[in-house]
Order: sequence, then C-alpha cells, then structure tokens
Amino acid sequence: MSAPAAPTIAGGPVTPLDAPSHRRGDRIFAGLARGAGVLILVLLAGVALFLVVESVPALTASSSELPQGKSFAHYVGPLAFGTAFAAAIALLIAAPVSIGVALFISHYSPRRLAGVLGYLIDLLAAVPSVVFGLWGIFWLAPQLQPGMAWLGTHLSFIPFFAGPVSATGRTILTAGVVLAVMILPIMTAICREIFLQTPRLHEEAALALGATRWEVVRMSVLPHGRSGVISAAMLGLGRALGETMAVAMVLSVGGGVSVNLISPQNPSTIAANIALQFPESSGVAVNALIATGLVLFVITFLVNFAARAVVARRKDFREGS
Amino acid sequence: MAKRIDVSDLNIFYGDFRAVADVSMTIEPRSVTALIGPSGCGKSTFLRSLNRMHEVIPKARVEGKVAIDGQDLYEPAVDPVAVRRLVGMVFQRPNPFPTMSIHENVAAGLRLNNRKAKGDALDDVVERSLRGANLWDEVKDRLDRPASGLSGGQQQRLCIARAIAIEPQVLLMDEPCSALDPISTLAIEDLMHDLKSRYTIVIVTHNMQQAARVSDRTAFFTISGAGQPGRLIEMGETPEIFSRPGEKATEDYITGRFG
Amino acid sequence: MATATPLLAEPGASPPLRLTRGSLPRWAPAGMFAASLGAALLVMLVTSFNWYGWGALTFLLYVVVITTVSRRVEGSRRSTDRLVTALVFTAFALALLPLLALVWTVLRRGVPGLTFEFLTTTMRGVIGAGGGVEHAIVGTLLVTGLAALISVPIGLLTAIYLVEYSGGRLGRWVTLMVDVMTGIPSIVAGLFAYALFEIFFGPGVRMGAAGSVALSVLMIPFVVRSSEEMLRLVPAELREASYALGIAKWRTVVKVVIPTAIAGLTTGVTLAVARVIGETAPLLLVAGLTTSMNTDPFHDRMTTLPVYAFSAFATPGFPPEAGYQRAWSAALVLIILVMLLNLIARLVSRFFGPRTGR
Repeated sequence: MSAPAAPTIAGGPVTPLDAPSHRRGDRIFAGLARGAGVLILVLLAGVALFLVVESVPALTASSSELPQGKSFAHYVGPLAFGTAFAAAIALLIAAPVSIGVALFISHYSPRRLAGVLGYLIDLLAAVPSVVFGLWGIFWLAPQLQPGMAWLGTHLSFIPFFAGPVSATGRTILTAGVVLAVMILPIMTAICREIFLQTPRLHEEAALALGATRWEVVRMSVLPHGRSGVISAAMLGLGRALGETMAVAMVLSVGGGVSVNLISPQNPSTIAANIALQFPESSGVAVNALIATGLVLFVITFLVNFAARAVVARRKDFREGS
Repeated sequence: MAKRIDVSDLNIFYGDFRAVADVSMTIEPRSVTALIGPSGCGKSTFLRSLNRMHEVIPKARVEGKVAIDGQDLYEPAVDPVAVRRLVGMVFQRPNPFPTMSIHENVAAGLRLNNRKAKGDALDDVVERSLRGANLWDEVKDRLDRPASGLSGGQQQRLCIARAIAIEPQVLLMDEPCSALDPISTLAIEDLMHDLKSRYTIVIVTHNMQQAARVSDRTAFFTISGAGQPGRLIEMGETPEIFSRPGEKATEDYITGRFG
Repeated sequence: MATATPLLAEPGASPPLRLTRGSLPRWAPAGMFAASLGAALLVMLVTSFNWYGWGALTFLLYVVVITTVSRRVEGSRRSTDRLVTALVFTAFALALLPLLALVWTVLRRGVPGLTFEFLTTTMRGVIGAGGGVEHAIVGTLLVTGLAALISVPIGLLTAIYLVEYSGGRLGRWVTLMVDVMTGIPSIVAGLFAYALFEIFFGPGVRMGAAGSVALSVLMIPFVVRSSEEMLRLVPAELREASYALGIAKWRTVVKVVIPTAIAGLTTGVTLAVARVIGETAPLLLVAGLTTSMNTDPFHDRMTTLPVYAFSAFATPGFPPEAGYQRAWSAALVLIILVMLLNLIARLVSRFFGPRTGR
C-alpha cells in the first residue's frame, strides 16, 4: 500500500529518451499484475458459479431420481448434521488444548525452548490428511475402543453413550479426536501469536500488583487475546468442517441422525460422503453430490466470514481506544 | 506504614553483562528519593530491582542485598509476588487494564487477595484510593466506564490509585511523567507531595527541575562509557546535591555540561 | 476516609513484614510429580498395567497433591497458580502425544515395506503382495508440478499487484477473496475442477491436469499471502533509490524488488507445494486411480501418492496385509517428501535469506 507513485506520474516533464519503451513495459507489467488479481476474482466466482450450475439438476430432480430415493433436503440434512457434529467434537477438544499449548509456549516454557516447541507443533500441520486417516483407523481407534466400551457399560443412560458400542472404535468420537489433532496446530499458532503480542506494560501492571503467573495471564494475556482466540476457534472449525479424507477413512457410516458418540452407526459428513460416493456415481447422483458440496462451501464460507468479522471488530476496538 | 530500604553492594546482571555495580544506599521512609542520571546509567534497572520486577527479563539476576525493615528481598525463601504487593510500582507510560472499568482497575489488586471483596467495603477502598490519587472528583460519575477513555494524565493517576489501593509500604515511580503534558505533570507532582506522608517514594526522572521540586533526597547515577556498568556517584539531601554537589560528574550533569 | 475498613488499614496498623509466608521449595513440583508417578505405577502394578491409566492416575494424583499442599502452605492464590501450571503442562503433553504416536506408527509400519523395489515398480498386474509406488510418485510430481506452474505466476503477480500497485477498491476485493479462498475445503476445490473440466471433456472426466487445477485453487491463496508478506518486507528506500536512477517501475520490481525478496518467495512457494502435495480428496475426485504409469497429465487417470495410499487401504485386496503394508509405506514416502520440502524451505530461508547488516 505504501508503494510510491509511478515515476512517470511523479517525475515532472517526461524526456523523450525514456518515454516510449519504459511506458509500454510499465503498462504491460501493470496489466499483467492487475490481470492476475482479476483472475483470482474470476476463479472464485467460477467456483461458486459452477457449483450452483451443477447443483441445479439435483435441486430440481424428483426424489426418486436422487440417491437413496429421498428429496435433496432429506439427503443433505443428516450429512450436514454429521459434519457439524464431528466438527463440534473436534473444536470442543482442540480449543482448550490449543489454548493451553499456546500459553505453554508463550508464557510457561523456558524462552529458549519456545521456538523449538512451536516448530514441533507446526510439524503436525504438515502431515497429510490421508496419513491422519491411516493413523486414526489403525492406531487411535483401537486405543480409544476400550474407553468407549467402558463408557457404554457405565454411562449408557446418557444419550451420547447409549451404545451399542462399536467393536472397531471407528466412531464419530474417534473421528472428532482425529479432527481435533488436525486443527490443533493452526489454532495453537494463532493463539500463540496473539498471546506473545500482549503489551509488556499490561503484564507488568499485573505483576507490580503482586499477581502470580496465572493472575497475570488472567488479567492481561487472556483479555488481550480474547478475539484472537475466538477467530482461531472459527478458523479451526472451518478446517474441521471441510476435512475429508481422515473422516472418510475413520468413520464407520450408518446414516441417519444420531448423537451417539460410540456406536458403529454414525452419521457421515458432507465432505467424506462426496469422497466416498463420487468415484462410483454418475448422472444426477453426481449433481446431488456437487449440491452437497455447495452446502459445505456456504457453511465454511459463513464460518470463515464470522471469524473475519471478529478480527475486524477487534481492529476497530483497538483504534478506538 | 512506610518502610526504610537498605541497599548494600548491589550488582545487577543481564546474562554476563553487569548493568549496575556496587550500589549501597539507604532510602528513608516518608520521603521522596529521586534517582537521576544520563540514559542507560542503570537507574531504572536499579529501581526495578527494588520490587524484583527486573526478574521478568530473562537471564536477569542480582547479587547483594536489598532489605526492607531488615528483611532481605533476595533471600531464597522470599516470594517475589509478596515483595511486589509490598512495593508498588507506577510505570513510564500509563498502563490501566484496557478491558476493565475504572472501578475494576482500582480494585484489581485487592481482588487478587480477597476474591469476595465486594460491595460497600470495596467501594470505600476504591473511593479512598481515587481520592488519594486526586482523581475522585473527575471520575466519580463514570466509575463503570472503560479506563481507556481517560486522558493520559488521568490514566497515570488511575495507575497510582491502583497501586496505593493495595496499601504498599513503598511506591516506585519509573519516570511517571515522561508521557504527560506539563499540567498533568504538575498534578502528579502535587500528588507525590501528598503521598509522601504515608509512603516511601522512589522516583526515577530525567527532568532535573522535577527532581529538585519533588524530592527530599537525590541519588546520582552514571556510566563511564558504553558497556560499563552504571554506578552510584553520590547521594544526599536534594538542596545539597543541586547547590553543592560533592563530585565533578554530578556538577557537570546538573549544569548540563554532560555529554 | 474516617471509616477504616479491614481491607485498608490505617498507617502503622499493618502487620509486620512477612515476605516468606509459606512457600514450597523449588523441587517440590518435580518431587511431587515423581512421587505421583511412582504411586500410580504401584496402583497399576497391583491392579493391571495400562499406559493411559498410569498417565491419567499420575495426573490426578499430582493435581490433587500439589493443590492441597500448596493451599495449606502457600494459600489459595498460589495453589490456583500451581493448578493452572499443571493444566498447561498437561495440555502440551497431550498435544505432543499424537505427534509422537503418529511418527512412531508410520515409521514402524511403513519402514518394512520401503524397499528399492517398492519405489521402482508400479501396480500393473499386481494381485496380492508386491507392487510399488513408482507411478504414484511420478503422478504426484507431475500433478503438483503443474499446479505450481499455474499457481506461482498467478500468485506472485497478484502479490505484486497488491504490494506495488495497491489498486484501491479492486485491491481490497482481491485481498478479501484471497482470504475466502484460504477457507475453501479441498473437496470443494475438487468438485470445482470436475465441473470445469466436464464442460470441455464431458461427464466422468478424469485427468492429471484437472487435479492440478484443483490443487491450484488451494495453492494460489497461500502463494499470494506469503509472497505479499515477503514483498512488503523489501524496504521502500530500495525502490526509491531505483526510481531516483530513472529506472522504470516494472524493471525496478523485476530487477530490485524480486531479487531482494527471492529467498522468502522461494520459501513460501516450497511451503505451498508441501501443503498441497498431501491433498487426497480433490485428486481422488478428478485425477482418479490407475495401476500403471501415466506421464501425460492431459489424458486418462493419473495416480498420486495420497490417493494410492488411500486406495491401498480402502481396497487392500486379499490377503489385506499386503495392501495395508503398501498404504503405510506410501504414507511414509509421502511424509518424507513433505518433510523434505519443509527442510528445503527452512534451508533456503536460512542460507539465502536477506542478511540484515550488522
């Protein structure tokens, strides 16, 4: 934004020596750069447009033509529920842990270690989702299964643990845990950054009043980072909503709507459903899948937008104060 | 309430670098002691060692003794948190908690120790502290408004109110007026005059007129060159230091001949 | 002022100084933790040993012991502080656990199948054991390389536009849309590429290039963001010095700004490639799966490593062990690729990064 004005504008009388070639070069280059920017707008408009156009046949088709012989709303409903449910589980687990990890790195660990530890957590973000899927199904699911069996025997009066208990551990709870691990790095990174930006003066104000470390965090670090934490959670939620392969691999799908966390019959998610059904689909079924993709796009768009609004409001607040 | 501070052979380090060397002094109760000297002479570092705030910086450490009423602040068993409740501090730039109201800011320190402190008792303390900081009349109608709405001078007095609300023995001020306009500065100086009947006040200042106006005793710090530690050159009654300094360096600094 | 409250005592009435009011010795947390570990281990040995039980019991014992002892000796504030410290450390351990488990699992399961033969054969005609990832590695390199070829010019030029030409309202829109693009789920990018290619090639289209387009949608915003950041780091004085010599703006950008930022730009692009190289979902949709080598991204299906790993898991054949083995080894190859790219990015930024003169 601070780029100085083009010299051709600022430079007073243009000498014949530099004029023609330079100005043509400038114009072409500026046009290219501008064109790239416009292309991005076109690309995004294209994404939205193609999804809408390809969805129309599914939205207008009669329910008998659609997969499972249901109307589109009945088709996408349980999927949307599964998507939101799995993402909510992930967020519920990842939010406190990532705040804790971010605090550990920013305020509790020895300063020399902080960088290395942060990098270690960032490494998690580099792991491809198909690897998370393999890990979830072969390592995590068997590890969690006994715990879920215990919940099923002792807490079955709670709807979440009503059973029957999955024998493989491939439940929505496991999928949620995998998703939590996957969104942990991004949430930790954002929280860590904002915690580290806490003005030293505010921390010292608390210290000088005789605050303990936790009281410093409570009085200055957390109030300062509140909106950052919220937007981190929103971004993590957006990731969890859109994550495909890990869920597609881990989750044992039964369809329908259920809040049961430990049964072998789980609602699928939109993204996982597309990944699993698309290769074998043709005709209107493909359109129906694209239409569910559109629904997912809108949901993630709204979540991301909400995150951005939180950040923007914070900026206003800062300038105002 | 006010306590005497005895500093003996104090050395302050940041890692291997010695920032302050061999300081010994006595700070009298119920008086204002000013610390003056050129930038980088370690007077702020020294001030922060009086309530163990310098420990916030990694690798900072202290050798020597700082005793308040005979109790060494640097004994292994001493809790820095307890020290800071005893020795309050006001910073260079006003730093009220931005998300708290005026009332909450003043009550912040009290709430730490007594979470159930509420209602009339707490309101009394808040009012007394704000009166003590000469701020009550200006804010009494908007105690529940955010502290960030106050002017710089008001914010600084709010910080002083916050510091005295927990009844410290000593009040440290690190260039409290450097971010303020002359009128706000005058208000703070008047306040210091009122407060010294109850507290031991130590103030770091760059402004020699201010040191002459507000302090009873003055200590002059300086460094002999870059990379050298800061040292205490001399300390005495303020009129004495300003009219008949014992050292050439002090005289040069006070008369403006220094660097 | 006359009504002295217990909270605010009158001068002189303060209790004598007590700075040392109960504090636990420095080794107390470590000691108590060790004791909790031991006690929990004893309980585990008496009942039945279980790693998670040991961990959870240690945590519970430690939290209970340190908070109660601290409350007795140091008061409730310090005790809360110690509780939170314990929780924060636990959160970190919890986050580290999946990382370690993941690395360990992938290595343990993947290494046995990682032979020279595995890297140099395809899946053509393989039933049961044997076979390899050669075609998938080639496919991954082709698809990702093509995606980089699309994304880097667009991303870099957009960044140049945003930084050097700022561009008022259009610039703000582009920034906003780049933000929105970062949030597009990868599967939606795959659907987009499918819908786009379907127009030209008809329903059921599968080809490597479509995968590249899908990856580009995910990669472009990343390239824009990192390049923008790097270009903004180039000091304005450098540009002004160049303008003052009468050098045209575009030449200034090409000859002064970009060379100055080149290390950062390279790092950003490498990280962007590392990010999309592991993408599975969009490629599963549009690049498809095949058992043999295909080096033409514009015709026919093309297998990539992540899709290979997924399909080896999803349709392992019989007996399934051979398929699972291939899935793990492919995952290991993929992780090695990603880590290699991350390493390159780090090295580039370390050794070729701008030296801040000192």
